[in-house]
Amino acid sequence: MKHLKRKILEIATKSGEGHISTAFSILEILWVLYDRVLNISPETVSHPDRDRFVLSKGHASIGLYAVLAEKGFITEETLHSFGRFDSILGGHPDRTKVPGVETSTGSLGHGFPMAVGLALAMKIRKQKGRVYTIIGDGECNEGTVWESALLAPHQKLDNLCCIVDYNHSNDRSLVLGDVEAKFKSFGWHTIAIDGHDEEAIYKALTAKSERPIAVIAATIKGKGVKSMEHNPEWHHKSPKPEELEAFLKELI
Amino acid sequence: MRKQFVKTVEDILKTDPRLVLLLGDISVFGFRNAFKEHPDRVYNIGILEQSTVSLAAGLSLHDMIPVVHTIAPFIVERSLEQIKDDFGYQNIGGNFIGIGGSYDYAVMGGTHHCPGDVGILKNVPNMEIVVPGTPAEFDSLFRATYADGKPTYFRLSERSNKESFPVEFGKAMIVQKGLKATVVTVGPMLESVREACKGLDVTILYYTTVAPFDRDALATNIAGDKVIVCEPFYEGSLDWDIAKSAEMAKKSPSVHHIGVPREFIHKYGNVGDIDAYLKLTAADIRERIEKII
Repeated sequence: MKHLKRKILEIATKSGEGHISTAFSILEILWVLYDRVLNISPETVSHPDRDRFVLSKGHASIGLYAVLAEKGFITEETLHSFGRFDSILGGHPDRTKVPGVETSTGSLGHGFPMAVGLALAMKIRKQKGRVYTIIGDGECNEGTVWESALLAPHQKLDNLCCIVDYNHSNDRSLVLGDVEAKFKSFGWHTIAIDGHDEEAIYKALTAKSERPIAVIAATIKGKGVKSMEHNPEWHHKSPKPEELEAFLKELI
Repeated sequence: MRKQFVKTVEDILKTDPRLVLLLGDISVFGFRNAFKEHPDRVYNIGILEQSTVSLAAGLSLHDMIPVVHTIAPFIVERSLEQIKDDFGYQNIGGNFIGIGGSYDYAVMGGTHHCPGDVGILKNVPNMEIVVPGTPAEFDSLFRATYADGKPTYFRLSERSNKESFPVEFGKAMIVQKGLKATVVTVGPMLESVREACKGLDVTILYYTTVAPFDRDALATNIAGDKVIVCEPFYEGSLDWDIAKSAEMAKKSPSVHHIGVPREFIHKYGNVGDIDAYLKLTAADIRERIEKII
């Protein structure tokens, strides 16, 4: 993790762009997904039976890119081009450019219903793959999240897993409350975990149920850099070059 | 036209296993047989248009061909960002079948009117917009485009022209040739426009695709120094294309509009009542065109 976070801090500093703290809150989840759960590799990136992952909270792209580079979907050189005019890596992921990115996301509340559509398509095609999506607690302000939460159990999508990155982004505006109880009441099989515990993440993401699964991941925004943790100032901000060394030293 | 939509889609469901129909709790009775025959590809998703459009994008990303259907304002205006991001920006194919453009549902009031649909969707760069004038024209245009990998809006109307033309996607047709002006008209407005132009020395160009707009047809058929655009939606919705066509022709015609005025309609009644109120009956159109030429 430290190694991935170091890269993220470096490319965010270099580009002057990136939602670092929100990437850090889901980094273990992303890593477990690509390292142990999804049946996707750079070689099987367009295999029809592959699992699908949708980063509904697309602004955490910088975390996804770091993981994609680590797993060989993109090169280190590409990773370091993040945010440049000609780069394939922008502030929000673009499916038409980045190998391993299934959906272009950015506007909140779009990825989750697209994941519902992907899961439904797999059912129609009688394919075995699973669909995973990560949404944020801030994103849960969007009506489409709850429309999708209603839809997936109704359509019996047992191949869908929605991970709620509960990093308390929105405690300052519209508080989400007990998200597990909410998903449960909508008909989901829910699992609450510490979103930074890789074993707990793995167990939750490989759990099986006849219902769609909602994993409520308690996370810390900015996890791993003490001065960023729980600090809204770092929601969308990059370190200045002269600050980088100090952050790298802080990394745990 | 709605009946033809049912017939056409039922037919293609049988032959193309990629087709998936998503209804927004509209036309459910019409598709009662399709529900039975294709339970895995015909869904009454519910009254959640934004998520339905995104869901359709998910289907499309998995190589299915979604057809989303509900009333025009809910599919175009409520779900615009979903159409723009999930279909337009992602560059994937899907079909949006809106029923009741403009004021087909006159008595329902302004919430159910949608004369802005074409102007709005023209802001999604790769959007195709098809406005059939008759059920038969819908059938041939839908078959030609539903699987073309682009987002396509079909603007269905509760009214249609008496006569069908052998229309082609992306092409305008010359219905009548004349010298004093070129009348550009679209879809179900042709009926009134033809009646209005009887005996008038004008060219009538008939469009059933408005995006992409057949600029060549207009550029090569600008008669006289006037273009009169008869639009079944907000007047001026086609102005960018009209201007580009004139530029292509190196001409500077004056452009006149006979379409839905850009104001809310706070009246009820039926379509005919609103036509009369907005001066869009065949007789009104004739009077307005005569004045212009």
